[in-house]
Amino acid sequence: MNPFAYTSPRNTTDASALAVPNGDFALPVLKSGGMDLLDRMKEGLERPDLVVDLTRIDDPTLDAIDAGRIGGRVTLAMVAESEELRKSAPILGAASGSAATPQVRNVATVAGNLLQETRCWYWRMSQFDCLRKTGDDCPAREGDHRFHVIFQDGPCLMVHPSNLAPALFVLDGEVEVVGGDRTRIPIRDLYADPAVDWRSASVLSPAEIITGIRFKSAPNSAFIALKQKQSFDWPMVSGYAVLDLDGDVIKSARTCAGAVAPRPHPLPQVDAALAGLSIHDEARIRAACEISVDGADPLPGTAYKMTLLPVAIRRAVAAAAHSAGTARGGDA
Amino acid sequence: MNGGGPTIIGPLPAKTSLQVNGRQLDFVAEPATTLLEALREQCDVTGPKEVCDRAACGGCTVLLDERPVASCMMLALDATDRKITTVEGIGSVDAPDPLQMAMAEFDAMQCGFCTPGVVTAAKALLIQNPRPNLDEIRAALSGNLCRCGTYPNIFNAVLVASGQEPVEEPTDRGRSASGERA
Repeated sequence: MNPFAYTSPRNTTDASALAVPNGDFALPVLKSGGMDLLDRMKEGLERPDLVVDLTRIDDPTLDAIDAGRIGGRVTLAMVAESEELRKSAPILGAASGSAATPQVRNVATVAGNLLQETRCWYWRMSQFDCLRKTGDDCPAREGDHRFHVIFQDGPCLMVHPSNLAPALFVLDGEVEVVGGDRTRIPIRDLYADPAVDWRSASVLSPAEIITGIRFKSAPNSAFIALKQKQSFDWPMVSGYAVLDLDGDVIKSARTCAGAVAPRPHPLPQVDAALAGLSIHDEARIRAACEISVDGADPLPGTAYKMTLLPVAIRRAVAAAAHSAGTARGGDA
Repeated sequence: MNGGGPTIIGPLPAKTSLQVNGRQLDFVAEPATTLLEALREQCDVTGPKEVCDRAACGGCTVLLDERPVASCMMLALDATDRKITTVEGIGSVDAPDPLQMAMAEFDAMQCGFCTPGVVTAAKALLIQNPRPNLDEIRAALSGNLCRCGTYPNIFNAVLVASGQEPVEEPTDRGRSASGERA
């Protein structure tokens, strides 16, 4: 890592002020758990001259868990272990508990999970330039893109790396922010349109800090990851489902796909097809989940995800219908 | 600087203190020093190992306030005022922890390079859950890679260290899980 200065402000006002480039420090960066930031710094992708540490900010709301809110500094491990969240929105614990390893989950935070950078290996290697850095070409398009998009929503072929972001999509989540002139951003507006801006990790300004996430209660919610490895791996495809049930009938559904597009990929056509079905009507649920790939334009190396996506969505719907199916990890 | 604002440390080397295995260790290091580098190179605490340097393998596992973390992906300055436990703090050669006795009994290592991280992560599990089942052991150790492949022996050692029966399947040629010659 390059040399840098380090500071631990005690409140978010100071942290926001320090995070804006100024005469003393041209490249300040905010750090909470630091898991993804240190990875990028070790690779030379990021060379800050000031690291602004958020772990010593004196604000207990950053660490609090309620039925409809999680502080931005809560670790993925705490989300996965929360009994309260297991009742109110089990999808969040399942998605958090499936990420990375115990060692990482004990440090990585909710806000950091939402703002982590893509795992595209061309982007991650300093030897390559690419569309998402300063270049005009995407090395993944002609290269090895087996973990990339099937929905080409923009010129960059990265998939979004966050386990939590698609869960917040189906929970109608919002992020709380300080440091700017807004206090809430709907999760669907946190990330820029990949057809317009394929370089930013979010729409946040340098001074803005995520202090928490808010979401609606969803006892019938589930997350399924299809991964090559059960540990320290990002999903090939993930499925997210929230069901509003009337007895055994799906009154309404919200589904979303992960790891298939540059942003979390909501599936309104699947939601419409699921509405009114019995949770026991396997044939029609299967048919509804098959259309999850509508509009996909896979790459040669990602065609296999066309088979995986309907499976992930179907398993997520089944697990959400029988909420016992959302036990630890959500890995299938 | 910043008149009343938060103190800015570095980028030149600055005095740093860590609480490691019940001792306060003072040293001088750049803010860019990771916790692993500080432990090994400044504090002479060499139990945690650098292997992948990306939090993927668990070789550098230490306990931060009794939770396992990857010390390679944490700045030393992030760990000041926290309670750090390395494998050296779990037991000694003269007074090993029951977990370390069981690791030796079950031959739960080959090259031994992952062992400090494995013991540290397993100890954290046993603090939190004194009688874990096999699935819980596997989940708790899912961040620790052993490329010699001694996992069955490690799992048996953790079972026995927590007062339970080992899984009865051969884990080594000619040797049963309980360590007897077949």
